[in-house]
Amino acid sequence: MNSPKTTGVLLDVNEYSVGFRTERGLAQVVDKVSFQLERGSTLGIVGESGSGKSVLNRSLMGLISSNRQVEEGSALFDGEELVGRDRQNFWGNRIGMIFQDPMTSLNPVMRIGRQLFEPLRQHLAMNKEQATERAVELLTQVGIPEPKRRLRQYPHELSGGMRQRVMIAIALAGEPELLIADEPTTALDVTVQKYILDLLGELQTDIGMAIILITHDLGVARGRTDDIMEMYGGRVMELSPSEELFSDMSHPYTQALFSAIPRVDQPKHTRLTPISGAPPDPIEPPSGCRFSPRCVYAQDDCTTTLPELRGSDEHQFACFYPVGTDASMQARSTNTTRGHTATGLKIQTAGTS
Amino acid sequence: MAGTGKAHLRDASDILLRVEDMVVEFPVDRRSVVHAVSGISFDVAKGETLGLVGESGCGKSTTAKAIIQIPRPTSGTVNFQGTDLNTLDDAELRAMRSQIQMIFQDPIASLNPRRTVRRIVSEGLVVSNTTVSKPGWALLGLAVILAVAAGFTSLWVLLAGLLAGLAGGFIILKGVFRPSIGGCSDERVDEIITAVGLDPVEAAKRRPHEYSGGQCQRVSVARTLVLDPEIVICDEPVSALDVSVQAQILNMLEDMKERYGITLVFISHDLSVVRNVSDRLAVMYLGKMCEIGDSDLIYAQPAHPYTQVLLAALPDPTNPHAGAVDALDSELPSPINPPSGCRFRTRCPRAEAICAEQEPQIAQVGTGDQWVACHFPLADGS
Amino acid sequence: MSQDVSTEAVLEAVEPEAAQEAGVAKKKLGWGFWLAVGWIVLIVLLAIFAPWLPLKDPNENFIDIQGKGRPPYGPSADHWLGSDQDARDMLSRTIYGARVSLVVGFSAVAFGFIVGGTVGLVSGFVRGIFDKITSFIMLVLLSFPALILAILITSLMERSLWTIALTLGILSVAPVGRLARAASLVFAEREFVLAARTMGAKPSHIMLRELLPNVLIPMSALALLGTAIAIVAEGGLAFLGLSVEKGSTWGKLILTGANSRQLEEAPWIAFVPIAALFLTVMALNFAGDRLRDYFDVRELAL
Repeated sequence: MNSPKTTGVLLDVNEYSVGFRTERGLAQVVDKVSFQLERGSTLGIVGESGSGKSVLNRSLMGLISSNRQVEEGSALFDGEELVGRDRQNFWGNRIGMIFQDPMTSLNPVMRIGRQLFEPLRQHLAMNKEQATERAVELLTQVGIPEPKRRLRQYPHELSGGMRQRVMIAIALAGEPELLIADEPTTALDVTVQKYILDLLGELQTDIGMAIILITHDLGVARGRTDDIMEMYGGRVMELSPSEELFSDMSHPYTQALFSAIPRVDQPKHTRLTPISGAPPDPIEPPSGCRFSPRCVYAQDDCTTTLPELRGSDEHQFACFYPVGTDASMQARSTNTTRGHTATGLKIQTAGTS
Repeated sequence: MAGTGKAHLRDASDILLRVEDMVVEFPVDRRSVVHAVSGISFDVAKGETLGLVGESGCGKSTTAKAIIQIPRPTSGTVNFQGTDLNTLDDAELRAMRSQIQMIFQDPIASLNPRRTVRRIVSEGLVVSNTTVSKPGWALLGLAVILAVAAGFTSLWVLLAGLLAGLAGGFIILKGVFRPSIGGCSDERVDEIITAVGLDPVEAAKRRPHEYSGGQCQRVSVARTLVLDPEIVICDEPVSALDVSVQAQILNMLEDMKERYGITLVFISHDLSVVRNVSDRLAVMYLGKMCEIGDSDLIYAQPAHPYTQVLLAALPDPTNPHAGAVDALDSELPSPINPPSGCRFRTRCPRAEAICAEQEPQIAQVGTGDQWVACHFPLADGS
Repeated sequence: MSQDVSTEAVLEAVEPEAAQEAGVAKKKLGWGFWLAVGWIVLIVLLAIFAPWLPLKDPNENFIDIQGKGRPPYGPSADHWLGSDQDARDMLSRTIYGARVSLVVGFSAVAFGFIVGGTVGLVSGFVRGIFDKITSFIMLVLLSFPALILAILITSLMERSLWTIALTLGILSVAPVGRLARAASLVFAEREFVLAARTMGAKPSHIMLRELLPNVLIPMSALALLGTAIAIVAEGGLAFLGLSVEKGSTWGKLILTGANSRQLEEAPWIAFVPIAALFLTVMALNFAGDRLRDYFDVRELAL
């Protein structure tokens, strides 16, 4: 077992961008994303479809093998630059990754045991006995009953929750410094989801690894992460410690998302506030702030200038009119008075927020 | 928890749908059977929304399909406006279909990819009016005769046969692809398309794959509304959609419900969504009914241990039930061989010996509209 | 962790509209397609209007010993594509030959598609005993060596246009039927078919209105390819002396010019019909491929 450093920055991403050349032009799917991940901490990356969160992740890992990809910026993992480097052979056992659908991530024609052995023997150079012992240990760690029997089973013989646990076991086989979980529980029942998320939390304490948790569910991110980075249209909208994102939300998108989610503590038939419109086209995005066509606060400068991340070191946001400020309320009343925003989005004057 | 019992069924005259002792079983091989639904009962009053929740394997989707008799339940009655749907034959059932409609989970897959959206919406009207063109069949018949005759006469006969065949085929296919719609005005179709938030002019030109998931779901809703149904069963209608779009669709459903006076049965695994739309709630587990009643009461004070587990498992830590119980760590039992007595007992923190021996019956909790099937229901304060 | 993610998959997962736009550009049929269609149309028109075109009689022998010596005559102003060893004009023989070859090709495919397609479509939807029986019959047909069947039929019956077309038609029933059945199976499972049932559609309605338009797409792409195969098959039969007795077909023309003496001295006798066959088959194949690509958007996913 390597003795990891327990503090310091593990992943330092700076102005990282990913685009794809298409017939219509360059699709800028990830646009100058910057964040830092401390060792042992958990970062939640939250976004809807089209936000770029999955591409960001897969691109950083080097999982996108397309000659149409254009990668820019810098990403330092433990001090080593990733961009421009062939990452297929770089990671070894320093990273583990789990995906949304365990059925397609696990090889359906290979027994579980063999799939566990792969990382153990490849990266940790164990022989068969050592690998078997370690595999049983891992399966026990993730809470799979009768681990020895499971080694000989195929993925389809296990339930969805169990398969996900096997994926976690495989990901943890090399005691990685970083675990990336890409929508790990989206396809699972809510009770299984809770179990898996609790499990990830425990394992993190045991192993001391950092976790990047990618999800579209704000509720999932809320309880399980130290920091949350919210993405929209390939850009970072807000980046802050988790609880602060909710108690002191700054970006209109965060606020809009929050109002659109049905909540258990609200009475029945509560009118939800949807976000009208659709995600931006990565090839021809709106000028200025990507969210401006759908934002109820949008002013003229929102359409001309792209807001950079601002705010404190801890809590950053990319908006000229952050929620709760005088400027924001002024912007809101301007829009309400004239009946529409700078982008033409109609505002109902009997304002609901 | 074993949902037998009908104590919770109401007598009121405005009950639209009443399901009693529904059982749906699928043979798996010669010996075993999947007990997908094992004796559930519930009712829905006019104008109500009944939320049906449960996790995978609970039988909620099977219940939905059994209500519309696709396939017919193994036993039990499905009483719609006084008629037991089980007793109707295929033709009578088809005639009733417009009254009970369904919306599906995958928005794009539930629409015919080869058809424009406007035609999809008006499809319901075509269904009742389709006859395959008789002249077309006549020409095809002629073609066949000529083709056979050509064997004994000449090439020209064969050519004539080919031509007749082409003409007949063309007429039939034209009827197939561009049927004339009887019975309903274009205005009504356009009105409904606009009501769900789409542009009728665009809809006449575009196909489903040119629309987003949320828009496709609107199309599905429009399609059912054209038939003027009494009840619409929504099977996980927003599960495949983004959060912001989800809100749009839920609002739209509420609007349509009010505007066209429909009753909804809303099936979902997402308790927050169900909380938002439902008047009453039914919780299912492994083919049985756990708890049913007014959703305000249940969400505030769940009586069934499984309901409590579901509520506690909701990811948002600020949900009022967070931390009430630990996560379930055992596996779901097999529906081929479900546990005896109460089916939830293998994972229930409150299970005792009696739970294995006796199936709990549905009984009222307190004095309100809340009913639970459990030997040890949660009481106030537990 | 060795997961390759293609651009399209990533784009689609992330940004469906972008993927769509990127894919839309692919959807043009291209000039090659139209060129191929042009050739096919030309050949068909020539074949149909042959009797009215200023062509020489295909069966007349234009022997002209004084002027040109003994036949075969090479390409000249008199005979644009030359003549064969009996001094019959190659150009007109080829065009007249097209008539039979094309009719055989189209009818065979038409028969196969109508019969095979219908049976396949219904089997895929209805399943049960009907499906089991038809699948068995298809299997038998497929396993039967095509050539043997052709020889069998042609030896039993008079070798007319009709019987040859029928033979080839029977042979094409099974592959088309299988494709139709497979497509029907896939689409019958889709939710829009269930949706049609919930609206009260009768089975005939479902098969005609829901399944047929979807199944027709893979089938129509196959139709052009099938025609090409049928034409080549006729050529093969002719080569064995099994094709139509009366009239000329491309296969028979090739046979006429195929012995080594003619090939050495007068290669055009064989090569003209070969070229015609080749160009037509290639045009059909190419057009069929392009059509398949054109329709092969996410809608299909077979």
